[in-house]
Amino acid sequence: MPEDKHHTDRNRSDTNMSPNDRSIETPRPEVRDAGYVPKAREAKPHDRETGLPNKITVEHQNFFYGSHQALHDISLLIPEKRVTALIGPSGCGKSTFLRTLNRMNDTIPGTRMEGTVRLDNLDIYRDISDLSALRTRVGMVFQRSNPFPKSVFDNVAYGLRVNGVKDKRIVAEAVEDALRRSFLWEEVADKLDKNAYLLSGGQQQRLCIARALAVRPEVLLMDEPASALDPISTAKIEDLIGELRNNYTIVIVTHNMQQAARISDYTAFFFEGHLIEYDATRRIFTKPSLKKTEDYVTGRFG
Amino acid sequence: MTPSPVTYPMPADTPELTPLEFKPRGSGAFPKTLTLVAAGIIALMLFVILGNIVLGGIGVISFDFLSSPPENGMEGGGIFPAIFGTVFLVLLMTIAVVPIGVLTAIYLQEYTRPGSKITRLIRIAINNLAGVPSIVFGLFGLGFFVAFVGGGLDSIFFSDSGGPVWGQPAIIWAAATLALLTLPVVIISTEEALRTIPREIKDASYALGATKLQTIRRVILPQAMPGILTGGILAVSRGAGEVAPIMFTGAAYYLPYLPTKLNDQFMELGYHIYVMATQSPDVEATKPILYGTVLVLLLLTFLLNFTAVIIRSKLRARRPNA
Repeated sequence: MPEDKHHTDRNRSDTNMSPNDRSIETPRPEVRDAGYVPKAREAKPHDRETGLPNKITVEHQNFFYGSHQALHDISLLIPEKRVTALIGPSGCGKSTFLRTLNRMNDTIPGTRMEGTVRLDNLDIYRDISDLSALRTRVGMVFQRSNPFPKSVFDNVAYGLRVNGVKDKRIVAEAVEDALRRSFLWEEVADKLDKNAYLLSGGQQQRLCIARALAVRPEVLLMDEPASALDPISTAKIEDLIGELRNNYTIVIVTHNMQQAARISDYTAFFFEGHLIEYDATRRIFTKPSLKKTEDYVTGRFG
Repeated sequence: MTPSPVTYPMPADTPELTPLEFKPRGSGAFPKTLTLVAAGIIALMLFVILGNIVLGGIGVISFDFLSSPPENGMEGGGIFPAIFGTVFLVLLMTIAVVPIGVLTAIYLQEYTRPGSKITRLIRIAINNLAGVPSIVFGLFGLGFFVAFVGGGLDSIFFSDSGGPVWGQPAIIWAAATLALLTLPVVIISTEEALRTIPREIKDASYALGATKLQTIRRVILPQAMPGILTGGILAVSRGAGEVAPIMFTGAAYYLPYLPTKLNDQFMELGYHIYVMATQSPDVEATKPILYGTVLVLLLLTFLLNFTAVIIRSKLRARRPNA
């Protein structure tokens, strides 16, 4: 059972094992539904083929910063309640792509997107006028942990409050629930009123995950969530992702190839704004169909 | 003394390099002395000014001096009306300048694209406003606020009152003129504070479904608060010391009553100093009072700046990574 494995992983990372030992010994979560093969550069949805529902459907997506085209004709299906990793060298467009999924790029002036991005059956660029509603369904965790300069409690409660939840009891319950889901409750239960900056870097990042979870999103976008953390904290984040995958659709950008291999079910390889290959993670890392992918995942370039 | 050439272990086929000759450049004592002298001159000047004022003024200051009005054509009595007028004036000015300044800064930083035409236009306006001599503000205040705005109000609402109601020098017009003068200070320091707020924090707020207004109110403004307060207090201490903008727009030579209405005239410390120094019939007799008044003005300004520093460091302490 993959779930059991995650539990053992977590226990082990708590015992201060050297991170190197861990990366060798940790069994990679088994790729479920390995028969589902989403293909790159094909726009047709594959859900009929597999029976796996697609949470996010991206079709013929082009993205521009001013006159610079950052994404070229991306078509990609992201399955529900699975972890999909986006890999590729710096500047390949994977973060830009991630940010189109909750329209975070809208905050950058001079950007433009073509094509469609659908969440379930909702076209998030045409059918949605209220971005708040979209962003409570599609949460996001950033590269640098970015808690607000507020108390731990207020950080997690922020999303609820801005979305109009006023009932103190409901807010308190949701905050506790989110902190428990991100395995932070035991560590911060007695410092809920302390400033979030007093937490360690790894705790801050898990707080950011808790903050995103508090509004009960369906999708969690993660932009290199562990790249600024030490190996132990990284391990905790990875274990957390392993737990969250049962309830959330997770899309994660990572530079760390082993991380993608360890935590994701599917992996998409981006290069220079193109989606080069998209497949089950095991296949991407063992027998990718393109030479370029193989070169990248084996470290021959990038 | 020339440094001795250094030889490194080299492969056999490496050609021998000519040893480099380095020129001695002195001990560095001269530039150090030069800069020390420059810094010393500043410290000395401040010491002399402060020392002179404190020595001359400390003997005059008493509770009576601070709490009673001038007497005998300003050769006796205290300066309470001037202190009261200054505080009232600066308070009114703050009420006008902080909201306008902060809103302008928010508009520039959060609502316009950096480098857009409108941003540049407003920025040019602010920079030029900051460069206008204060006497010009005074004349502008007289022409615009007193004559145009005040006179306009009078001709519309008070045409039958027999005399000017708003169309005369008054504390509200002086405060408005000072607000105009100190506006760049507030805008620039607020913008500075807004600029230091990391993009990630704003992104985090938007990513949780917050609107722009919610993000500004709940995340951006609280974090910019130290900068905004600094701007406000800098504006206050600048405004409290200005004489030129208020001498045509509301400050009075002498008033037997305290200003209680917005269209009253008022006495003010800086203007009081100017009056005593230039208009007094007996300069020697008013000299101790003059010293005392200057000392009070200085202490008031220091107190304000000190408060600003305290508030700022208290607020900063709440966010260790700032």
